[in-house]
Amino acid sequence: MFDGIPRRVVSLWFPRLASDQILRRCPSGGPFALTLKQSNINRLYCLNGQATQQGLHPGMPYSDARAFCPNLQTAPVDLLQGQRFLQILCRWATRYCPWVGLEGRDGLVLDISGSTHLFGGEKEMLSDMRTRLTRAGLSVQIGLADTRAAAWALAHHGEGLAPPGDMLAALQNLPVAALQLDEKTSTALTRLGLRKIGDLAAAPRAPLTRRFGPDVLRRLDQAVGQQPEGITPVADPPHYGVRMTLPEPIGLISDVMAGTERLLTRLCAKLKAQEMGARGLTMTLRRVDQDHQEVELRLARPLRDPHRILPLFERGLAEVDAGFGIDQLRLEATQVEALPAQQLTHVSAGRKGHLEDLITRIGTRIGLTNIQRFLPADSHIPERSFIIAPAAYSDPASGWTCTNPRPLRLFPPEPLMIAEPHPPERFRWRRMSLTTARATGPERIAPEWWLEDDNWRSGLRDYWRVETTQGRRLWLFYTPQNPGWFVQGEFA
Amino acid sequence: MHNLDPRFFPPSNTRTHEVCGPGADVFAFTLAARLRGDVMWVRERWEPSQINPDGFVEFIDSASLTLCNTKDQTETLAVAEEALRSGVISLVVMQLTKPLGLTAGRRLQLAARDGKSTGLSIIPEGMGSNAAETRWHCAPVFDPRFSSQDSTLQKWELIKNKSGTLGVWYVRWDPASRRLIMVSPAGE
Repeated sequence: MFDGIPRRVVSLWFPRLASDQILRRCPSGGPFALTLKQSNINRLYCLNGQATQQGLHPGMPYSDARAFCPNLQTAPVDLLQGQRFLQILCRWATRYCPWVGLEGRDGLVLDISGSTHLFGGEKEMLSDMRTRLTRAGLSVQIGLADTRAAAWALAHHGEGLAPPGDMLAALQNLPVAALQLDEKTSTALTRLGLRKIGDLAAAPRAPLTRRFGPDVLRRLDQAVGQQPEGITPVADPPHYGVRMTLPEPIGLISDVMAGTERLLTRLCAKLKAQEMGARGLTMTLRRVDQDHQEVELRLARPLRDPHRILPLFERGLAEVDAGFGIDQLRLEATQVEALPAQQLTHVSAGRKGHLEDLITRIGTRIGLTNIQRFLPADSHIPERSFIIAPAAYSDPASGWTCTNPRPLRLFPPEPLMIAEPHPPERFRWRRMSLTTARATGPERIAPEWWLEDDNWRSGLRDYWRVETTQGRRLWLFYTPQNPGWFVQGEFA
Repeated sequence: MHNLDPRFFPPSNTRTHEVCGPGADVFAFTLAARLRGDVMWVRERWEPSQINPDGFVEFIDSASLTLCNTKDQTETLAVAEEALRSGVISLVVMQLTKPLGLTAGRRLQLAARDGKSTGLSIIPEGMGSNAAETRWHCAPVFDPRFSSQDSTLQKWELIKNKSGTLGVWYVRWDPASRRLIMVSPAGE
């Protein structure tokens, strides 16, 4: 605008984005709607054309809609997925111009100044957009104008192409709601008789501002181009990948490690700038014969310290077959997590990190999920009084409280061939005959009915600590509702 | 009646030891409590029985224990060697199911020496390896003199010792003082 090229803005509005997204994958013949649960009531969120023809509208309660239209097909809406789809469309739209931003939940705004001639003109560009989007199964309304607000107004209220220059002439027959005013203001304006944008522009400005605040006229000025309104393009997500191409192929482990170190330094500087830490890394080594090999590293803790990550790569890189030599190294952080800078304290200065490095090293061999730690859980059921969590994804927790003695080792209940209700004097267990010397108990534990557990189908359990003259101290239980004795653990 | 700091325990540091018998877990946890620091417990994945954190809370803090589930004994030994050599872990307990070869046993000894940490293999009875520094047989013993709360009496038998004599001791773990107490044998 200021440098001589007139600014031109395209506004794309997808009135049925959410339902089109579903129907693209599984087309259905009849009326279709997506529902959204809002304050305990299912309401229609987005409808296809046939559902609208049946007289349904968004915001209608689902049960009413079913009464109007019995053959309505519905699905619950996934708002996050819709947002992701819009991001994909935003990326696609960069084929027309580099300056693409999001417009609300279901629109895009493109600043196409200076790029129309690549498509043979504005009309050709718009028809190209429409053809491609329609072919993809999306219904779209397109507005083209000099300003963002005017383009939005045209897209939402009877599509159109405003010729460059006088925006007011193009907009004057549109209703005032096209200025993106809130509903209360636009109703009040209509009641005053200012139904169209042309009426609003002709009205004296001072009384309008006094009555409705500066917002109404600001929107009008933005639409006609007297006040600027920017478009924020969506930034590309940061890419955590670095590569190095070598003039001569290398094959020695020490050379590859040296290359890895250089790449890691660059990658970690990038991670540090974004306050992120790598959780998973992939090293791709391309050989001179165009074959490539990948070395994957999963870390027990998000890291961005090259000196700590480098030794962890040793094992993986040692297994690589270099063939006739490696001429390109590429390192990518496939999984990143936020790792904010932390204050150093005397507590954290210990050797805490070394255990995590050990877990990473062992994890490359047996898998990170196989390295676990115990966390306390809130349950009286012996086998559920602790959680086994992967050590890489949990912090150690203290706070074990147990009032009754518990066995050192638990095993799945092993039945004894006894049915009497009092603790047995003699019993056979694991091919040993044992004699009870002292039995302490019972401790009654009831099943947790709110959780489904097949092992506790037999009902209540009376636990006894049985000391045998042979030495073994066992944890037996009796199920009074389903008479039987079982051994479940062994004490210290 | 009791000697508060038994001279035979703990067995020499920076070595790998073996323990068998029904009281092997108690020996492992007593050693872990005595050595302090982080413990790594390596076991095979299929093993149905499970050490219980509510039970060993009397010996060590469960936050200091890391559990490794491995595919087979080869993996167990590889993990144990790596952990011993790192020097971060003070005790590595491995549950073995098959006899240990001379090479594997020797490698564990070297790893323990390099990392200045202690290894302990829980082995089935009669499957000891020649490379072990000491081998113990542990079994619980019933003694009517103790009440049911503190009856943790064990008979620990040193059945192999590369650098010393063998012996038999009756010991008991005192959870209050977190100490091993030597007891005169029952019936004497």
